[in-house]
Amino acid sequence: MHKFYTFLKYTFITLWTVFIVAPFLWAISTSFKDFQSVNSKVTYIPWLDFEPTLEGWRVLVKSPARGGVDIVEPYFNSIFVTCTASLISIILGTLAAYALSRFTFKAGFVRNNDITFFFISQRIMPPIVLSIPFFIFLSTIGLLDSLLGLVVVYIVLLMPIAVWIMVDFFNRVPKELDETALIDGCNPYQAFYKVVLPNSIPGLIVAGMFCIIFGWIDFFFAFILTFTEVQLLPVKVVALNSSITPWWSLSASALISVAPLIIVAFVVERYLSKGNLSGALK
Amino acid sequence: MNFKHKFVFLFPGLFVLIGILIFPIIFTIRLSLSGWNSYTPEMNFIGITNYIRLFTDDPRFWESFFRLSFLSVTTVILQYVIGFALALMVWREIKFKRFFRVIFLIPMMTTPVIMTVIWRTFFHESLGPVNDLLGNIGVKPILWLSDPVIAKFTVIIVEVWQWTPFMFLLLLAGLLSLPKEPFLAAAIDGASPFRKFVYVTFPLMAPISIGAIIIRLIEASKIMDTVFVLTSGGPGTATETSSFYIYIKGLREFQMGYAATLSFTYLVIMIISLTIIAKVLTKLMIKE
Repeated sequence: MHKFYTFLKYTFITLWTVFIVAPFLWAISTSFKDFQSVNSKVTYIPWLDFEPTLEGWRVLVKSPARGGVDIVEPYFNSIFVTCTASLISIILGTLAAYALSRFTFKAGFVRNNDITFFFISQRIMPPIVLSIPFFIFLSTIGLLDSLLGLVVVYIVLLMPIAVWIMVDFFNRVPKELDETALIDGCNPYQAFYKVVLPNSIPGLIVAGMFCIIFGWIDFFFAFILTFTEVQLLPVKVVALNSSITPWWSLSASALISVAPLIIVAFVVERYLSKGNLSGALK
Repeated sequence: MNFKHKFVFLFPGLFVLIGILIFPIIFTIRLSLSGWNSYTPEMNFIGITNYIRLFTDDPRFWESFFRLSFLSVTTVILQYVIGFALALMVWREIKFKRFFRVIFLIPMMTTPVIMTVIWRTFFHESLGPVNDLLGNIGVKPILWLSDPVIAKFTVIIVEVWQWTPFMFLLLLAGLLSLPKEPFLAAAIDGASPFRKFVYVTFPLMAPISIGAIIIRLIEASKIMDTVFVLTSGGPGTATETSSFYIYIKGLREFQMGYAATLSFTYLVIMIISLTIIAKVLTKLMIKE
């Protein structure tokens, strides 16, 4: 019985791992193909099935004028928008989360929990519902197709995540910590800045990672609110998809777009194994 | 503590969020009462005409809504079952534990649309590897993207691939935070693994499970990226979800007024149904 269970377990884990890795392997293989090896028949292993070329990767750095795909600028746009929006969301979200975790708010029937829920519930908002008014709004104030406009929109997307993670985190930081600081003569801001914040680094990192993930992977807002001036990475890659399907450069650009966040998986795992995440995500 | 300080902490975030959101929401409601389209791009007032059209004369919206419900409920159930199983398997010591944990997390770090672009080549009906490998063992080519029924399952496969890791992460984090005592007690009583799961692990995990399921349902209710790239709602309208339908009405046909009506109705339905689901789940899974 026990042996059978172990066998089942490892079979399942192996199958799932293959399922997860399969599209990546396929993309890696495809990125080294040329027209012939994509379109004649299905090929898998370089050298054995087809002669690998670096063409798919080379076009990524060529300028569009010379038949390349300019992926460098969208890359930096994506990094800029994601990081700026994450940073603002984390700062504002952490402050608000601290307030919601430490003080009591009362306004009519509204209590702390209701305010927290208001923050988090913004995730329910389907992007499409916001995108139509944002489209008209941003075009009225001239921020359509600009990085700044996207940052504003991404704050709505990311701040709920920051509040969600940080409220739970602050709830587990003992209250005595700030009380001692206050007795020692700090004002509330100093208590927060000098005592609570340094003890919340793990929470901040987790919140930061989640903001970066959900900022980086967003496609829809970037797709609707930008056209030609500013392009974010996902929009650029998807635009490649609609042309005559050069699968090699498509795969190469897809791989290079998802690569940076795969590092985040290692960081998340580290925090998970050290037990820091357990509380932060409950 | 001084009365003023707490507002200094709370208000910047709260007001930024409200400031960004208040306009779009009021605007959507107002827009939904107008006939704004590409012929008359102006904020006229036509009362509830749009709402009457939606409730009496638009089966396509309701179909897309039921399709969305089917897709999101199915994917979330699959994600929960698989995610829970995976989390249980790498919870305790196994070989290469940390390696598997990283692997299981990777898909959620990748951009859904970009991976879907890869999936589209993966499921390509003549040049993709799936049909080729299946062909080697004698299976006829499957119409992954152009058969109305199979296309739904392709969307489900991609969604499960993409988001099971998130479920896995939340559940594993939950498992790792469980107290040790109940498990010791069960071990002393000599409970079998199965009974241990049913009477100890699962009840302890119930609150976390509910949280994870609700979070995933919220996110799944927005399924759009995958469909957009994989099938563009097709074949026909076979994989069209509500968001995608609103997108077509609003930003392709420029029936802004009507799209706003759809948006607002969709949002209200979403909030009501998610609240009900949360209540029901809590009742089902947490027994006193």
